[in-house]
Amino acid sequence: MSAVLVLVDYDGSTVRKAAFELLTLARRIGDPVAVVVGPDAASAADALRGHGATTIVTVDDAAVLDHLVAPVAEALAQLVARYSAVAVLVPSSSSGKEVAGRLAIKISSGVVTDAVDVERDETENPAQLVAIKSVFAGSFTTRCVVSHGIPIICVKPNSVAPEPAADTEATVVAFVPELSDLARAARITARAPRQASGRPDLGEAAIVVSGGRGTNGDFAPVESFADALGGAVGASRAAVDAGWYPHANQVGQTGTTVSPQLYVAAGISGAIQHRAGMQTSKTVVAVNKDAEAPIFEMVDFGVVGDLATVLPAATDEIAKRRT
Amino acid sequence: MRIVVCVKYVPDAQGDRRFADDLTTDRAHVDGLLSELDEYAVEEALVVADALGAAGERPEVVVLTVGPPEAANAIKKALQMGADAGVHVSDPAIHGSDAVATSAVVAAALATQSADLILTGMSSTDGGMGVVPAMVAERLGLPQVTYAAELVVDPGAATVRIRRDGETSVETIESTLPALVSVTDQINEPRYPSFKGIMAAKKKPVTTLTLADLGIAADDVGLDAAWSHAVAADARPAKAAGSVVVDDGSGAAQLVDFLASRKLV
Repeated sequence: MSAVLVLVDYDGSTVRKAAFELLTLARRIGDPVAVVVGPDAASAADALRGHGATTIVTVDDAAVLDHLVAPVAEALAQLVARYSAVAVLVPSSSSGKEVAGRLAIKISSGVVTDAVDVERDETENPAQLVAIKSVFAGSFTTRCVVSHGIPIICVKPNSVAPEPAADTEATVVAFVPELSDLARAARITARAPRQASGRPDLGEAAIVVSGGRGTNGDFAPVESFADALGGAVGASRAAVDAGWYPHANQVGQTGTTVSPQLYVAAGISGAIQHRAGMQTSKTVVAVNKDAEAPIFEMVDFGVVGDLATVLPAATDEIAKRRT
Repeated sequence: MRIVVCVKYVPDAQGDRRFADDLTTDRAHVDGLLSELDEYAVEEALVVADALGAAGERPEVVVLTVGPPEAANAIKKALQMGADAGVHVSDPAIHGSDAVATSAVVAAALATQSADLILTGMSSTDGGMGVVPAMVAERLGLPQVTYAAELVVDPGAATVRIRRDGETSVETIESTLPALVSVTDQINEPRYPSFKGIMAAKKKPVTTLTLADLGIAADDVGLDAAWSHAVAADARPAKAAGSVVVDDGSGAAQLVDFLASRKLV
């Protein structure tokens, strides 16, 4: 078998959608071996059945959980050897990329981050994997290959639609990695949960509604519209810097990069730093008072108008059509 | 105590960024600058140095970059902000290096510096991979404490403590020194160089190193040695203009019509 290791996006209680997306990609290129790190990893394994993993490796080790990425990288390096993996897929989150970075040095392999698709090079060399990226704020698409070691590819959320697989008999294996002292050097000493908004997670939401300077600090219309669509709420850097919305919700180069089915920019002019964080969205809609705002150059649909009237009216319109 | 800040000289995102014929980022024909996200690391180094200096001996702040001759401008900006000295690794053979090779050069340069604290930005603003700090830490056998939104250094206990604002929780992370710490754009507000700073920077020492100085073979870096590279770079076709309506009272209904037509509502 040609094992493809998939680092499962698991927060300790829920398997996130990105994991199913990675498993869908992994099935195209080999036999997915899902690696779940976290407490109660065995129960997470149940959620992974039906998505094509041939093997599910659980790492339920407190030493891994209480430290930063180094132990995960060590565990993956050991699993690459054990399963003779031909590729490793990890979520292209900040910590996922750090795991990939440390792993690359450990196993002498090249790494590609922020991939939006992975495919075999069917024309030249089917053994060669090609990772597709969108770069320079979405103005270029690149095709990247790894030419040393095995490809380590970090894949962005919402890059592929997760496809359930026919029920496979996945083997569940509990794995205890051998960890170095170095891996234990940086320790998480406290963890305070953020207040849950009840909305989908920004990074993986299918719909994102963001507010910017044009909200003048009032995010209520943005939140209501997001709730009507079942989406997450984002904010531009200007809105975050003004203290109107938390940094955790910032979309852009220095915030979260999103790639949803629908992105709604309300009162956001569309500076390049913002576009870098949302340019791969499938459909873009903008509402802005300024008809000259650069955001209108990249929309599928735009309304030149005041978000404070357009968004509440649209929210009402959606409610009306549903009844 | 010695603080080394790793910085990168990048093409200005406001300009026209593009690829050169060899599919590497074109750095020669575009305006460049100190990566905006690295300014936060420089600022934090100065904040830490000032705080420790007020209580005892002020650590030296050294700024390190790897890049073509123009990258000296990134060091210059950091020196103008208040860093004490610069190290510039420049060698034509480095051109086209991937993150893995870049991390090898950075790590070798850091090994000459005996730093107690290594600071970096959270990511570059050009390649934007965000993996080099982790790779450098791995190569040097150092703990990495990344994405700090707040940093406290205790030189007596030889520890650092950071606050990290995660997606679902706020974490406190502690590590022994020496360590590599990356900082986010939330940690501080970088200062603008003062006139005095600009004048003082002219007299600050900058050491230029080649690969030979670091004992790295030219064959081990550069585009030909890259473990990952682009095989194609295509300018994305300009998106067909969408329809933009001026709200005359029916804007919201038209918006919902559009969403319905795309089955998004």
